[in-house]
Amino acid sequence: MSTTEQNLPVKAFTRDFNFYYGSFHALKSINLPVIEKHVTALIGPSGCGKSTLLRSFNRMHDLYPGNRYQGEIVLNPDNTNILDARVDPIEVRMRVGMVFQKPNPFPKSIYENVAYGLRVRGEKSRSTLDDKIEDALRGASLWNEVKDRLNQPATALSGGQQQRLCIARCLATDPELLLFDEPTSALDPIATANIEELVTQLRDRVTILIVTHNMQQAARVSHYTAYMYLGEVVEYGITDEVFLRPKKKETEDYITGRFG
Amino acid sequence: MNSMQTTTVVSDRLARNVQRNIRERAIETILFGAALVSVLTTVGIVWVLVSESLNFFDHVPFGDFLTDTMWTPLFSEPHYGILPLLMGTITTSLVALVVAIPLGTVIAAYLSEFASARVREIVKPFLELLGGIPTIVYGYFALTVVTPLLQAIYPDLPGFSMLSAGLVMGIAIVPYISSLTEDAMRAVPMSLREGAYGMGSTRFQTAIRVVIPAALSGVLSAYILGISRAVGETMIVAVAAGMQPNFTMDPTEPAQTISAYIVQVALGDLPHGSIGYQSIFAAGLSLMLMTLLFNILGHVIRRRYREAY
Ligand SMILES: Nc1ncnc2c1ncn2[C@@H]1O[C@H](COP(=O)(O)OP(=O)(O)OP(=O)(O)O)[C@@H](O)[C@H]1O
Ligand SMILES: [Mg+2]
Repeated sequence: MSTTEQNLPVKAFTRDFNFYYGSFHALKSINLPVIEKHVTALIGPSGCGKSTLLRSFNRMHDLYPGNRYQGEIVLNPDNTNILDARVDPIEVRMRVGMVFQKPNPFPKSIYENVAYGLRVRGEKSRSTLDDKIEDALRGASLWNEVKDRLNQPATALSGGQQQRLCIARCLATDPELLLFDEPTSALDPIATANIEELVTQLRDRVTILIVTHNMQQAARVSHYTAYMYLGEVVEYGITDEVFLRPKKKETEDYITGRFG
Repeated sequence: MNSMQTTTVVSDRLARNVQRNIRERAIETILFGAALVSVLTTVGIVWVLVSESLNFFDHVPFGDFLTDTMWTPLFSEPHYGILPLLMGTITTSLVALVVAIPLGTVIAAYLSEFASARVREIVKPFLELLGGIPTIVYGYFALTVVTPLLQAIYPDLPGFSMLSAGLVMGIAIVPYISSLTEDAMRAVPMSLREGAYGMGSTRFQTAIRVVIPAALSGVLSAYILGISRAVGETMIVAVAAGMQPNFTMDPTEPAQTISAYIVQVALGDLPHGSIGYQSIFAAGLSLMLMTLLFNILGHVIRRRYREAY
């Protein structure tokens, strides 16, 4: 794989990973690296398994009965297979943050939303909380808009602000890997541009895996792109190459819009 | 020829429209009538309570009613102070709520956030059964089972006590609180739970820190409904708390509640038309005002805490 040839550190990778919703085989032998401090985009037609794959990285599927993982998802630097039965999914989620398609702020104040992860991790010192919350809100480009109303309910924010708040909520706990599932599909163009700008800023700080329906978005924000189709990764490579010189016919069809 | 056809078609359609309108009107009238029945019933009850109470207050000064510490309508020198009955009502309700609110909430949180679908299927019918038991049965359960049990712990406990009645009333209210609270918690969208789990929360943290706050307006409404039921509950207290008005808030004593007094008089201890008989309307009005107060409170809370997801 080109990445290992370039000797880039791999933050996480899947090895022969399969996933089943009950008897439905949703992901088939996925082998995908996620390069550290870079953005990897998952693209592909609706229903191809992008969300399913993304949600495996923080074991979100454990919340529902009947789901089954098979194979490995390895998280570095400790080389832990997060699917191992001995690994606590809560430990995994402590290290891997997630931003959802629809902003889902908690019914609490702006401050308490960002403090949430820190409190769950046992942080009690008010000054530490204050500092980390300011950092996280600055990191999510939201500080200037909310610094005077930290105690107001988060649900009063606009959709785009709520999504940035959800990003700040993750950033506050310093995740090693940040998962985004179509984070802008519920937002207007300006809010979308803000989030894209934010992802571009974050990519030097944190490893990002992002699902997107929007190919321009994938091209703008990501370094690496995986094209998925019917539960398989058809093509993976440097974003420019995947978009400009796709190796597989299916990828080319999808990217040039000849698909479906 | 052609234009004639068109006109028939149009008039046909108009005729159908008229027919539909008539049908819609008829349905609307029936529905309105149904709504009217409940409104008229309420108005009628309030009318009777208020007019009869006014008669009562012609003979008993309103100030005495509110401040006198004795309620003795059967005595030759009767006192009509609502306070003893009010204290009985409040005390038994408090005992009941101390049981019902924590237990109901924990059961709801368990069923909504922890239990598997199978466990839920087994537990819920039992709760519904518990809610369907007639309160008179609970009353005798309090008197013949719970009171002796309590007496084994506190030998000084009298045969009738607000403690025993209140505890059993609490059990009787649990299904109402738990089922409404559970409904409110289950209505919280999964996306919010996923957000909480995604941050590394345990189930318990998710339930306490995210789901319950998100369901707060529904949970508080459930509590208010529980309070209303406790305040109005009649048979359990009539059977197990004793029938003596008692100016105390000590739950280990026997006492009478407003509702129990109404039963007692309605059963025929006092002649119709006497002041003592009219006193039940004043008592009933007080009870209704209390319930109304809680309903208004519930309404305010629902508006105040309603969450937009
Ligand atoms: N909870 C579930 N139970 C059963 N099958 C599911 C479930 N969730 C998703 N699937 C199926 O798994 C496949 C992959 O779904 P997934 O949501 O991962 O697709 P996606 O690529 O994210 O699509 P989209 O772009 O529409 O979000 C689909 O065929 C879908 O029908
Ligand atoms: Mg998806």
